[in-house]
Amino acid sequence: MRREVPIVICFLAGLSFILEYFIPHQSVRPFFENFRQWAIIVMTFAYVLGISNIVRVNYHVIHRKGRDWFYKIILIVGLFFMIIMGVFFGGIGEGTVFFWMYNNAYSPLQSTMFALLAFFIASAAFRAFRVRTFQASLLAITALIVMLGRVPVGENVWKSFPDLVEWIMNVPQLAGKRAIMIGAALGAISTALKVLVGLERTYLGGE
Amino acid sequence: MSLNVVKFPVFPHLKKIIFPPRWLILFFLFLILNPVSSYAQEDLSSSWFNYHRVNMLVFLIFFFAVIVIFIERAKVGKSLFIRRIAGLDAIEEAVGRATEMGKPVLYISGIEDVDNIQTVASMIILGNVAKMVAGYETPLYVPVCMPFVVPIAEERVKEGYAAAGKPEAYNRDNVRYISSEQFAYAAGVNGIMMREKPAANLMFGSFYAESLLMAETGLATGAIQVAGTANIHQLPFFIVACDYTIIGEELFATSAYLSKEPKLLGSLKGSDLAKAIIMIILAVGALLDTLGITHFASWFYIE
Amino acid sequence: MVDSGQWTVIMKKILEKLENMDRRIIFIFIALSIAIPLLFPVNLNFSVTQPVQSFYDAIENLPPGSKVLVSCDYDPSSMPELYPMNIAVFYQLFKRGDKIITMQLWATGTLLVERAMNEVLKEFPDKKYGVDYVNLGFKEGREVVMVSMGTSIPRTFPTDYRGNKVETLPIMQGVNTFDDLTLLMNISGGLPGTKEWVLQVQSRFHVKLGSGCTAVSAPEFYPYIQSGQLVGLLGGMKGAAEYEKLLKRPGSAARGMDAQSVSHIVVFLFIFIGNVAFFALKKSKKRLKV
Repeated sequence: MRREVPIVICFLAGLSFILEYFIPHQSVRPFFENFRQWAIIVMTFAYVLGISNIVRVNYHVIHRKGRDWFYKIILIVGLFFMIIMGVFFGGIGEGTVFFWMYNNAYSPLQSTMFALLAFFIASAAFRAFRVRTFQASLLAITALIVMLGRVPVGENVWKSFPDLVEWIMNVPQLAGKRAIMIGAALGAISTALKVLVGLERTYLGGE
Repeated sequence: MSLNVVKFPVFPHLKKIIFPPRWLILFFLFLILNPVSSYAQEDLSSSWFNYHRVNMLVFLIFFFAVIVIFIERAKVGKSLFIRRIAGLDAIEEAVGRATEMGKPVLYISGIEDVDNIQTVASMIILGNVAKMVAGYETPLYVPVCMPFVVPIAEERVKEGYAAAGKPEAYNRDNVRYISSEQFAYAAGVNGIMMREKPAANLMFGSFYAESLLMAETGLATGAIQVAGTANIHQLPFFIVACDYTIIGEELFATSAYLSKEPKLLGSLKGSDLAKAIIMIILAVGALLDTLGITHFASWFYIE
Repeated sequence: MVDSGQWTVIMKKILEKLENMDRRIIFIFIALSIAIPLLFPVNLNFSVTQPVQSFYDAIENLPPGSKVLVSCDYDPSSMPELYPMNIAVFYQLFKRGDKIITMQLWATGTLLVERAMNEVLKEFPDKKYGVDYVNLGFKEGREVVMVSMGTSIPRTFPTDYRGNKVETLPIMQGVNTFDDLTLLMNISGGLPGTKEWVLQVQSRFHVKLGSGCTAVSAPEFYPYIQSGQLVGLLGGMKGAAEYEKLLKRPGSAARGMDAQSVSHIVVFLFIFIGNVAFFALKKSKKRLKV
């Protein structure tokens, strides 16, 4: 029963979403709508699960004074500080502590992480675009054209640069992308069908 | 009680009347004749079936039938060839290397929840990796981005250790939730890479902008890296920073490839056939459309 | 004096260093190539590409006073690319007299959208909350929320970000499903984002959909432009800058174009240097073999 029940739930939930796509009758609409509301509620509970796992894992380290235990305390304090500020101290709107923390701590940290990508992309491009073979040459030349054509400087060097880039994006790029997209979509449908009918149950464990 | 669809009582009857060649002929006839167009309705709220979407239903049934047929074929012992996927073979090599070096293996399952099929595929691979790792007695770290993935990852790792005969080696704290925030998660994973210096980083699932951040950090630590995703826009990043990359649908083929189970191999073959048919449809559609015959292509519009 | 043999050894070492350049050197150059043009801009000229023009036209061709849903699905990480788009979309809609219904599927994006709205409202002080615009706020559930809105928007978002009952707001009168909206604009930082809006909403409810996304994910959405599932696309900061140009309202994206140009040239040069070193080393190795 430990495995059959989740499979039955998975099957019924999946079936409901498939049926909804094909059955437009107004009498069954409320049923599907309720089903979606359940899904939204269940997804919201993910936060509870996440917090409990974070607390459990870090509590163990703090309790036995494991490696970097001090940082774990900061993590737990930070987590609850933001929750408490948001819930009990004026909400999250402008002028609140939460808003201040969001603007001055969270926002710059997130932006910094994303900005690192520019540096990593540059070093990865330097390493990757070596003209070793014919295919590698093709890749490197195309990349350089797109890179220059995508910024104003390319256009100032040669007026038709952006048009060439648009052609690359719309024809060769798109052809390759579509092929991978179709293949991946079919793979996803196939796996989804297997999960839905219980053929693929390894992800539940206990096979 | 087993809910294996292959055992559905209706299937033996279906099997008698359905086999690929006839299926294909009927399928193409159906597409060309387009018999349902005359039933198209305007007011759908009082209808029990949306006839505008019959093409989707036909595709779904066809796709499912093909998969089931191949599973049946595989079950009766027909040998099914599956090509070598270098990236998947490399997993064992990576785990072996980590063992030799006495360093841990890091498994990253992407940043999406279990409702994404790539995460499900990733969990399947995780089970196999856990089994391998347990066999070699190498520590396995699984930082998780989404809370709902945590219990599944725990279960998969636990099962892997049990299957390898070493349930006592399983450490629940090694499967840990980091953050649902993309870059907080990336920072957490990068921290683990820098502190623990894993010898192997395995990244399978759905990745976004954090892919290169993690793969480049892994590269800097000198780890052997194997990645796989169906998110096309992240594939270039993995290709430049990882030793092996599994592309697109190969990710979904992993459970069949690693387990070699007939029912999974059969389903893989089934989806391959469906793909071949779609390729033919695409070619035929493009040709007919070029010749000005639009009836065939119009069948594929989704209403 | 350095003889020719020693000279060859020195050259080889230099080439090897160049081929396997420490990535921190690249990082320094990239940082400078971004910072200097931001401090000393030259305002390079650029033209508008077709996907951006289509995006602009899609809004411009709406009947006046249209109700447009703007789903802002991003967070501070992608702010440099997407925040200027967000502001520009709000600006164009307000300028035309359209009504904005905004929502978020990313929990941490809500405050950014409020900020963007407040910034644009400085130029349109007569716009009233609940009449000309509303922020429905964040809702957990991703694709499920999207599909649910196809059945009933007020049921999916019973209250707005400020806690008002959505059904009582004048702007929401007559808005029940996607059919009651003229256009849907998505500012997409990842998942859930444009791909999900196309798959779950555009293909199912046939809403006119436009997208503004990060540069890295733009190529993924090109198939949707060709298939007509997207009416237009703003790809990254360049897309945002082109859009600002069309609106004749230069913002932070246009200002970032010089920095982007110089940094691309720097990457180009590094790739070139890497290849020159690679070939020179290859040649010298061949010579040694002979």
